[in-house]
Amino acid sequence: MALEKIVFKGIDIPGRTEISVYEDGGGYAQWKRVLSEKIEPNELIETVKASGLRGRGGAGFPTGLKWSFVPADSPKPKYMLCNADESEPGTFKDREILEKDPHQLLEGVLLGSYAIGANTAYIYLRGEFVKGWKMVERAIAEAREAGYIGKNVLGSGFDIEVWTHRGAGAYICGEETAMINSLEGKRGEPRLKPPFPAVEGFYKCPTIVNNVETLAAVPKIVENGPEWYGQWGTEKSKGTKLWSVCGHVARPGVYEVPLGYPAQKFFEEDLGGCWNGNKLKAVIPGGSSVFAMTPDEFFACNLDYESIAEHGSMLGSGGMIIFDETACLVEASTVIAHFYAHESCGQCTPCREGCGWVLRMFRDIEAGQPQPGAKDVLLDVMDQIFGATICPLGDSIVMPIKSMMEKFPEEFEYYIREGKSMVTGKTRLAQLAQPDKPENWRRGEPFDYPREQDYKTSFKGLAHDLSRGPEPLFTKFEDE
Amino acid sequence: MAYELSAENQQRVKEVAARYPHNMSAILPALHIVFAERGWIDREACDHVAELLDVPPIHVYEAMTFYTYFPRKPVGKYHIQLCHNIACNLRGAENLIEYMRDKHGIEEDRVTGDGLFCLHRVECLGACGGAPMMQVNDDYYENLSPEKIEELIEGWKREAGNGRR
Ligand SMILES: Cc1cc2nc3c(=O)[nH]c(=O)nc-3n(C[C@H](O)[C@H](O)[C@H](O)COP(=O)(O)O)c2cc1C
Ligand code: SF4
Ligand code: FES
Repeated sequence: MALEKIVFKGIDIPGRTEISVYEDGGGYAQWKRVLSEKIEPNELIETVKASGLRGRGGAGFPTGLKWSFVPADSPKPKYMLCNADESEPGTFKDREILEKDPHQLLEGVLLGSYAIGANTAYIYLRGEFVKGWKMVERAIAEAREAGYIGKNVLGSGFDIEVWTHRGAGAYICGEETAMINSLEGKRGEPRLKPPFPAVEGFYKCPTIVNNVETLAAVPKIVENGPEWYGQWGTEKSKGTKLWSVCGHVARPGVYEVPLGYPAQKFFEEDLGGCWNGNKLKAVIPGGSSVFAMTPDEFFACNLDYESIAEHGSMLGSGGMIIFDETACLVEASTVIAHFYAHESCGQCTPCREGCGWVLRMFRDIEAGQPQPGAKDVLLDVMDQIFGATICPLGDSIVMPIKSMMEKFPEEFEYYIREGKSMVTGKTRLAQLAQPDKPENWRRGEPFDYPREQDYKTSFKGLAHDLSRGPEPLFTKFEDE
Repeated sequence: MAYELSAENQQRVKEVAARYPHNMSAILPALHIVFAERGWIDREACDHVAELLDVPPIHVYEAMTFYTYFPRKPVGKYHIQLCHNIACNLRGAENLIEYMRDKHGIEEDRVTGDGLFCLHRVECLGACGGAPMMQVNDDYYENLSPEKIEELIEGWKREAGNGRR
């Protein structure tokens, strides 16, 4: 039997982006009920806790528990921040929700905001999702028109505003504290935790960051109850998960799968195996930041948090990347290394220098000019990145590449020894061998910073800064 | 003359700023408004944003230099951003880059002589199911092949030709 969408059925309903269609399907009924019956926010949190819903953004943290960390007695304003930055390579599930079912997400944002007592919610979308952004903007406008958003919503006395906020092409802004910095107009650099955002986030106020898929599941859970949601999945991984499958697969796409579903069955029956009937070589199951699995490991596991971990990887974001026998894993490693080197925010030395180092070594290998002892040096550099950084991006370059090197050592050894790929028999990309090709990581254009004389003549510059005091509002809530 | 947003867009910047507890938060939205109006952002535009929002300009420079979405000089009428990340790589993104270079003289990081095209490699755009894919201006084009690229580029060339007459 083919898989059918359950919690995210809306994605497949035509016209669902319009509020009337969403309401016909029972949309916003829960939001109205919660407001009219004056349900205790705590009750909502308990419902979500009981459902076993876990964060779908990557970390898998129990959502209800996270919500309960918001200090209810805090005098500060509280914020809900929906993470629609979706930039993890291999992941494209949130885009489906944003473009095809924005109202269900919006209802989830509203319910979540109510539960944690937030009067303002932001939906942070990656800048490139122009269509998704327009869809969400329209949904917000329709909901505002219908009276579901605004002051004193439906006469309940509860105020809520929802705004979109667009990122600008930085993967790291998907990390929750980097996202908060970005939302404050700063560079998207992750913060040290603790304090956790639930206690001290956006402008030092309690802030809950949740993934799109997490929040979009909430209205269904509130509607049908936690037992309903818990009928799918396993003891510890309840409910369903959206998997986005890509790479050398016969039927790429987004699938809703009950957690605990056998991986082999999913691969063979639902995905149709590899494309062109090729043989499977490796799978990265949870977005490019997790360990690669061999076919044996993959086929032995079930698709839930625990089983995947037992078999040597992580569920992560659910971005499944399929490699068939024609894939060169050395080339794949270079691509992955380039990504993390490009996206490192640069705060931590092991990550900033290490990612670039790994990339340069792979480029040398691919150009047929490996450094002596390349494999050992690579493993050593990666060991020194792992666990030594502020945020998990440092670990993220290590997990896929190191696991591929360990699970498929012949391929790497062959490339280093023979100067060409064991799979394709070629060295890749003439351009990799051009050492003086300028890096275009920041679009190649140096930024024209003002010189001293410009400060004096053209703009208020430093004087402006001093007269206002350093960043007035950032300290406003301190130590009351 | 120093760059300025249209009066209407200046008003929009102010409206957007009211959504946040502090104007700092409006830096990125304001840069998006500049980008939508003008297509690229330099220091003058940053100074303008700083002035509109009444924040120290250094904060705008900091944001501007962190993010890669905003080009710092004009990028042609059709800004092609081709994903070269893992899923697109597995399905042939590199061939497309070669194809555009060899067949159409569209080179990476350069605007073509007619001012129409500029090709940038970018990281995963969150559409890996349609790999290989690219973003051209605001739109995504998925499941690309050399034939499809050919069709698109020819179409844009025609479109640009008509526009000029
Ligand atoms: C480098 C990095 C990138 C991340 N990118 C995303 C992302 O694009 N989308 C997302 O929802 N979570 C992302 N996360 C996870 C978030 O930090 C956070 O855990 C998540 O948004 C919490 O929501 P959840 O509990 O609903 O999963 C990322 C984490 C890291 C370390
Ligand atoms: S690990 Fe990398 S991305 Fe994360 S904070 Fe450190 S330098 Fe930035
Ligand atoms: S890898 Fe190209 S869109 Fe994700």
